[in-house]
Amino acid sequence: MTFTENRKPKTENLRIFLTGVGGQGTLLASRLLGEAALAAGYNPMVSETHGMAQRGGIVVSTVVLGDLKSPLISPGEADIVLAFEALEAFRALDRCHARTLVIANAATIVPYPVAIGQAKYPPVERMFGLLAAQVGGLLAFDAGARAREAGSPLAVNMVLLGALTATDYLLIPAADLVALIRTRTKEKFLASNLQAFELGAEAARNPGNWLRREAA
Amino acid sequence: MSELLSGQPGERRLFLGNEAIVRGALEAGVALVTTYPGTPASEIGDRCYEISRETDLRFEFSTNEKVALEVAAGTAACGWRVLCAMKHVGLNVAADALMTLAYVGVKGGMVIVSADDPSLFSSQNEQDNRYYAKMAGLPMLEPANPDEALEMTKAAFALSEELKVPVLLRTTTRVNHTRGPVTLGELPPPPGLGKFHKEPFQKVMVPAVARQAHVRLLQAEDQARALAEVSPYNRAGGNGAWGIVTSGVSRSYVADALKELGLTDKVKVLELGFTQPLPERLIEDFLAPLSKVLVVEELEPFLEEGLKAIAQTRGLMVTIRGKDPELFSRLFEYHPGLVRQVIARFFGAAYEAPALAIPEGILGHTLPDRPPNLCPGCPHRATYYAVKIALKDLGVEGVFPTDIGCYTLGLLPPLSMADFLICMGSSISTAAGISQATGQKVVAFIGDSTFFHAGLPALVNAVHNRHDFLLVILDNGTTAMTGSQPHPGVSMLPPGYPGEHVPIPRVVKALGVNQLWVVNPFKYKESLAATKEALAAAGVRVLISQAPCVLYEARITGKKRQARFQVTRGCEDCRHCLDYFGCPAMYLEKGEAGKLLIDPDVCSGCAFCVQWCEHIRPAGAGK
Repeated sequence: MTFTENRKPKTENLRIFLTGVGGQGTLLASRLLGEAALAAGYNPMVSETHGMAQRGGIVVSTVVLGDLKSPLISPGEADIVLAFEALEAFRALDRCHARTLVIANAATIVPYPVAIGQAKYPPVERMFGLLAAQVGGLLAFDAGARAREAGSPLAVNMVLLGALTATDYLLIPAADLVALIRTRTKEKFLASNLQAFELGAEAARNPGNWLRREAA
Repeated sequence: MSELLSGQPGERRLFLGNEAIVRGALEAGVALVTTYPGTPASEIGDRCYEISRETDLRFEFSTNEKVALEVAAGTAACGWRVLCAMKHVGLNVAADALMTLAYVGVKGGMVIVSADDPSLFSSQNEQDNRYYAKMAGLPMLEPANPDEALEMTKAAFALSEELKVPVLLRTTTRVNHTRGPVTLGELPPPPGLGKFHKEPFQKVMVPAVARQAHVRLLQAEDQARALAEVSPYNRAGGNGAWGIVTSGVSRSYVADALKELGLTDKVKVLELGFTQPLPERLIEDFLAPLSKVLVVEELEPFLEEGLKAIAQTRGLMVTIRGKDPELFSRLFEYHPGLVRQVIARFFGAAYEAPALAIPEGILGHTLPDRPPNLCPGCPHRATYYAVKIALKDLGVEGVFPTDIGCYTLGLLPPLSMADFLICMGSSISTAAGISQATGQKVVAFIGDSTFFHAGLPALVNAVHNRHDFLLVILDNGTTAMTGSQPHPGVSMLPPGYPGEHVPIPRVVKALGVNQLWVVNPFKYKESLAATKEALAAAGVRVLISQAPCVLYEARITGKKRQARFQVTRGCEDCRHCLDYFGCPAMYLEKGEAGKLLIDPDVCSGCAFCVQWCEHIRPAGAGK
């Protein structure tokens, strides 16, 4: 595994909040970000949700980079939100500040109370409109469709990582993450994972997917 | 090869706190690891099991934490280094052994991991196990991050051998489940065979021996205090007339907060990693020149009380605060912003908390919850359904003492099959208590692994004392909640697993239960008929509901889903399935008013609902 020549410890503080639903691969995404960050000379701390929360509940993880020791991200303090599901993107608004970049999967996973008519799923367009008005950037697209296009419906995490590396917020080079994905993926899924990563990057380069974009 | 075995000394790796503990134990030459799985400690056992398949490491999933600790104690008495890992409430189960093992002591180093769970992410309480170390008189180390978890685990083995007592390594969820960089050390060769040296008048705790052993324990505690005074894990830094004393993951929050608030030159910090016994002289020297001190620790005021006692004894006039309605709570996990805010308030530093955007406020109404749910195809749901229908048909209301596992999710509507829960095994004994006081129909639910953990004595008790209730043993073939660890009753073992199978029906009969039914919950007619019979009978009855956990079965057998099901046009919208069953694959097409449908991507194909609803048919069978 080779990494770009940049092993000087980084000190820029960056707090990345990942949120999704059990089974969506948020934990692998945060782990890959953490390992790529370690290889790039950061001192990352990654915190994970395990146990009961994974039975269809919300799964949250955090990646904290730079001159910080705390693994957690307090309300209002995430610099980047990587949301694997539309409602969870909006729910994470309380983690955001005025310059936060939110990358959101526009696809929905209906919570059980909504499925049985006991609660209403807010319209995605309305949630994203409100979200865009509160944060520095909102990149939203159907990451599930990109994953299916790549041949692996479970590769939503790869799509979102690809999108993140294509923005100028993350200082970890895309090549480092790709190198890591190669070592961490089973042979059978490698091609589709790499394609999903590339389709995510492509989505981030499409200005039409940016509901709001403030210079980073 | 396990990734915990690879890598060169000096290499930096990103490890979960639990993995760092395992690596630290391996670097210390651990020869035996015992555990009962429990979040947030579960990965310790999982990794050690994998490693035991590849190396000379001995490992066992013990039936409960008391057994785990006693097996470890026997091995440590023979000179091997042993690690015993459990969640915080596990130490309650092991407490009987712990308190007197402190007297008996160890020969090989013994490290007991107690993984506490502030905020109760997956626990029934948030007790603070630091008091166990104090009560037992044992040394305790508390890491703040994975790097320290590795180092302190290694140090704890050396400390244990030096003092000849077990050492408690106390973590919290935020340490167990944080991934951070660790530096690898050397892995030593495995130890040779141990030897039990007979010293009955040192090791057999009858009163005359135990009196002497208690004297020795207090001497060891004094020695430990002397070591804590000079421990590299207890260190003071910074300048100023104010101070902070902190331990565990709170140390990270404090370090970040002081930097962010620009207080690094105004506040001295005493970071404590070796927290029992407290280094009294070090603390006295730290407190003496200060005017006020804030104690930052999650859960109970363990350090705060210790500090106040030291200050009082030495006549120090310093103000010490921590748990206070204006400062820190005894409840729940802390986070960086909270600690920053309290530090700013206590020391009068300028700080404006970030403006928060509250999603509900901006949207104008609440967001739908995402409660965890039993999986589609989960056998527990099928069992609960049969009991619900059987009681409905019999026209009787049931009372449902439950137990600890995935099936505790039966609490949530529409199942609503959980009424009373204390701890592991309590379903059976509380059922006895409830039924004798009320004469109500009591149906207790316990999982297979929990049954072996703490259910056996309760069931024997119920038989012997002629109690009257139905016990349903939900046998899904694994310890599902914590990640599918095996237990004695499992019929579907992981490939190569060395454990002996102890069938649950045989155990139940041997415990004296004469009325026993064994059903497959997915065969609805038979399971319903058996449930009705069992409900109608008197005395202690046991119904074992056997079908594998869907997740575990898929993982072990690689079996793919077969048929999927759909709702046909005849559906008359009775909503029985939503009101009594609540499979996550079932949904209403347009919310409240819509037509009932089954999501083919979520349906597990378990074919249970088709057995009681004529309007659900295999997909593709025509409408």
